[in-house]
Amino acid sequence: MLKRTAYTLLVLALAGTVTACGRSGPDAAKAATSRGPITVWLSNNAHEVKWGNEMIAEWNELHPDQRITAQNIPAGKTSEEALSASIIAGTSACLVFNTAPSVVPQFEKQAGLVPLSTFPDGKEYIEERSGSLADQYRSADGDYYQLPWKSNPGMILYNKEIFKTAGLDPEHPKLATYDDFLESSRKIVKSGAAKAAIWPAPSSEFFQSWYDFYPAFIAESGGKPLVEDGKPQFDSAAGRKVADFWRQMYAENLAPQESYPGDAFGEHRTAMSTVGPWAVAAYKDSVDWGVVPVPTSDGRPADQVHTFSDEKSVGMYSSCENRATAWDVLKFATSKEQDGKFLAATGQMPLRTNLASTYSDWLEKNPSYKAFADQAERVVEVPNVPGSTEVWQAFRNSWTRSVVFGREPIDSALHDAADQISKILAEN
Amino acid sequence: MNPKHAKATARHGTSRIGALFVTPYALFILAVFAVPLGYTVWISFHRFYFTAPGAGVDTPWVGLANYQAVFTDPVVARAFLNILIFLVINVPLTVGLSMVLASALNAKLPFRSFFRAAYYLPYITASVALVAVWQFLFGTDGLINNLLGDHAPDPSWLVNSHLAMPMIAFFVTWKQLGFFVMLYLAALQNVGKELYEASSVDGAGRIRQFFSITVPGVRHATTLVAILAIITGANLFSEPYLLTGGGGPDHASVSPVLLMYQKGMEQGHPDFAAALGVVLVTFVLIVSLVSRKLTERGN
Repeated sequence: MLKRTAYTLLVLALAGTVTACGRSGPDAAKAATSRGPITVWLSNNAHEVKWGNEMIAEWNELHPDQRITAQNIPAGKTSEEALSASIIAGTSACLVFNTAPSVVPQFEKQAGLVPLSTFPDGKEYIEERSGSLADQYRSADGDYYQLPWKSNPGMILYNKEIFKTAGLDPEHPKLATYDDFLESSRKIVKSGAAKAAIWPAPSSEFFQSWYDFYPAFIAESGGKPLVEDGKPQFDSAAGRKVADFWRQMYAENLAPQESYPGDAFGEHRTAMSTVGPWAVAAYKDSVDWGVVPVPTSDGRPADQVHTFSDEKSVGMYSSCENRATAWDVLKFATSKEQDGKFLAATGQMPLRTNLASTYSDWLEKNPSYKAFADQAERVVEVPNVPGSTEVWQAFRNSWTRSVVFGREPIDSALHDAADQISKILAEN
Repeated sequence: MNPKHAKATARHGTSRIGALFVTPYALFILAVFAVPLGYTVWISFHRFYFTAPGAGVDTPWVGLANYQAVFTDPVVARAFLNILIFLVINVPLTVGLSMVLASALNAKLPFRSFFRAAYYLPYITASVALVAVWQFLFGTDGLINNLLGDHAPDPSWLVNSHLAMPMIAFFVTWKQLGFFVMLYLAALQNVGKELYEASSVDGAGRIRQFFSITVPGVRHATTLVAILAIITGANLFSEPYLLTGGGGPDHASVSPVLLMYQKGMEQGHPDFAAALGVVLVTFVLIVSLVSRKLTERGN
């Protein structure tokens, strides 16, 4: 009986292995020049979906033999998780208009992405469209596995009504330096105008540092990424200043140690929030807001402040069989004309050079977006390094321990995190 | 035909028909559990990551390297400690409360059906919805802290590194209670009423009856409840992820399954996650066996 069971298990295991080994993707050389119908996935953002569908309708009208079929990214806990699963299964769309740069190194390792610079005009197109900013999206092997598409530069949005109630000048808020920011925050909380001065999620998910630490660090360091030339940059004077500033915010209960279960800014529970231009449309009816750059210790002028881009790229996935069509669609969807339509439909910033001057007419008519468009010229991305998610998780663990909960001195926490991240980078 | 031979043939025939009926389920079990389990063990001994179809990637044998990484990772140690904290609170509480409540709901009470349904309701409600209720109750500005005023813990319940895991244990106990009460209610139907009547005649009170008749009478159900509660504890994911924001302050509520998700899915190390999974399964087997020995002691 035991023998029979063992045989059955062996047969099943072999069947599983054969099935697994039998998986195959399209022939890369053939797919590179092949044209025909393709699929694209769009994010779940209603404004983006509306733009996407209009763009696709225009394309389909012009190219009836190379039709695009669109759908939203399949449901998952995160888009990245759903995309990773689809790479493994070989079911990804040809193009995904919501690929996070932080997962590109992982997808690249999984052989899930097509290097766009292998198209004859690939490198040239990307670098011409995005200028020097494109450099941040180039992978270690020199290729581009993503087309930098649109950014949401993080700025401080503040609620004018709450500022007024707290006795602060809503038209000229004092938020440029850390001292001013802390003083304004104290007045807001002490006056009872709002429960919190600012309320980023203090939780442990790897990506949460993109909305508290990272914009502040980029601003304070004059535009440094988390990792540069294979070395962590935050175990530095700039990193410590940022961590000390946030530690003070948490220690004085100006920023709560617990996540808000809804939209704290939209529900007037906090006076400020670090957000991108998507917030303009989101809060236009519920909050009378103003916007300022992320603070720095010395309060440098707005036109010198860098911030986190919160960018999303377009990726071409290796399951795509008609890559020549996909590349043409990619260029069509990120053309000057389509970028203008995208900006108008979503308020998010296409990652192209001279954004403000290119769309000056639209920005004149929509002045709320001007500050974001100006800021979009000075954005910094997450580092394009292998093990990126692990790197961010290591940083977040140290951040919550030392800065949010004050359970470890900041100096040693940043130093330990830098050591750990160096190890992760070396192992990957 | 030799009657002895006929009897043997009949027995053999019955066994074949039985095997035929069992085959689909056995195949299902093999395909859905045995093969993935075997594959997981295989992954845990190799350097492995998931790739797109057709990507030629080496998966070299690494021996115990993944296990070494698991055993030397302080976060893994913390996750298992958290599970132990959870089990120490959750299992006795689940067994005790569900047995007492089942005994009470087995008696002739007014509104008995209402109470039975009320205890079962959290079990069939989505975790996400219940988490929102607990955040409303135990958040910094929650109902409980408003009632406690200055006596509220600081930091608050769900972000307090000492309280986060016990809070999860209480949450899961409350959520699962209805299911375990139902198991005990079923077990109680098999405890003879004459035993209670006889003990009443002998002058035993309700408490004496509970410990001398009810507890031994539902011993097998207790074993089942304890093992299921242990498995539930070992599978913790949604509660630490949702209730305490992805593992709580300084990993105070991180669980092995949450770590498996982070390492395997988010960070692209399924080999590490597989080794952790094998360790977790072994851990659950050992704790379940110990629990079974304890609950069936003196049977």
